[in-house]
Amino acid sequence: MKVSITVNGVAYERDVEPRTLLAYFLREACGLTGTHIGCDTSSCGCCVVVLDGDTAVKSCAMFAVQADGREVLTVEGLAQGGALHPLQQGFWDQHGLQCGYCTPGMLLTSYAMLKHTPEPSEADIREGLAGNLCRCTGYQNIVKAVQQAAGAMRQPAAAK
Amino acid sequence: MIPAAFDYIRAQSADEALAHLQQHGADARVLAGGQSLIPAMRFRLARPAVLVDINHVRDLDYVRTNGALRIGAIARDTAIERAPWIRETKWSLLQDVSRVVADPVVRQMATVVGSLCHNDPAGDWTTAALAARAEVTVRGKDGNRSVSIDDFLVDSFTTAVQEGEMALAVHFPTPGDRTAGSYQKVERKVGDYATAAAAIQVSLRPEGTIAQVGIALSAAGPCAVRVTEAEDLLVGQAPSAEAIRAAADAASRRSEPQADLRGSVEYKKHLAGVLVARGLRQALGRLGVQA
Repeated sequence: MKVSITVNGVAYERDVEPRTLLAYFLREACGLTGTHIGCDTSSCGCCVVVLDGDTAVKSCAMFAVQADGREVLTVEGLAQGGALHPLQQGFWDQHGLQCGYCTPGMLLTSYAMLKHTPEPSEADIREGLAGNLCRCTGYQNIVKAVQQAAGAMRQPAAAK
Repeated sequence: MIPAAFDYIRAQSADEALAHLQQHGADARVLAGGQSLIPAMRFRLARPAVLVDINHVRDLDYVRTNGALRIGAIARDTAIERAPWIRETKWSLLQDVSRVVADPVVRQMATVVGSLCHNDPAGDWTTAALAARAEVTVRGKDGNRSVSIDDFLVDSFTTAVQEGEMALAVHFPTPGDRTAGSYQKVERKVGDYATAAAAIQVSLRPEGTIAQVGIALSAAGPCAVRVTEAEDLLVGQAPSAEAIRAAADAASRRSEPQADLRGSVEYKKHLAGVLVARGLRQALGRLGVQA
């Protein structure tokens, strides 16, 4: 089946089997390997991408054909013009990662969360990230990273 | 784990979806949020030959609260979780549930109606729907019919939706003003199935006795179970510690869990009683009643 999926602003037109999962489409058909596959059973959150600007989805639990005609944001689309996205900067500054495997999912889940909750409390962040697992025990700094990003995104001028 | 091959059909209307379901019968499944179906397909626990995607049927994407609460077949869990009215005390059962189904990312795709149709023995929405006495609108070849949730939940992963039919919406009666609820769930981690869970919804009469009560358990049988004995014990009574204890004991007796890595039968039966007692106390507490 022919699909046209806009990923990070670029339209990818591909012929896919209906059973192709979005995660595999992104990694294999688009070559965007920043979207990681961890548990492959929609438990760990490594594969989270953002759909149509504000919805976080586990791309291992969605078929590529379902994203036909829609917009997907992956970790490769966060930085603009060589400048890290405030979330990426937050993870950098606050040491929000060790091995980094869960980081793309953490970033994209947080991205969608901040669209709906621009001023999250610590509890909001912890709840919002409850579907994303980090096995380096880095949650403390991940929460700090999202807090920093939320602050920076509310004051775009001060973030520079 | 890649699902078995299937034919994909994108329906643009409920009528079109129904026509495809009637054409393909038992080979076809409806794809709504897909958060249970797609993992099941990946494990090859489900191998539908045809998937009828209803995500483009925009007129099934609604949550309406005029009169009663009606939730369309592709309304996401987050539409309930984020709705302003969900904070009203009378909807507290549904608010509690909306925050503990699966995990926050899964809830952005998952649908309430899809969860009812999946009818997992450890489901959350099914259990809440029993306690809140919901009804499901099912469309078949002879038009729409309304099915009480008690009749809708037939057996594990089996509902009253027949071949060639689909569920269009779920309807929750608007509770009276002195109504509150509670959803008590014990899970090993966020996103795990419930080890045990209890859904409670209580309505009080002006003089303080219990007018109506719904009590249901998750992970306590082939699918969500209503604890009729506990409901009958409580209706007409004034809330009291003794009444709550009797209801909790009835819930423990009614629970028929399976032993697994989450716990033994004995533990889960005990937990059912504990959670019903906690749920009743919390629901009554939300109405300003200590019992």
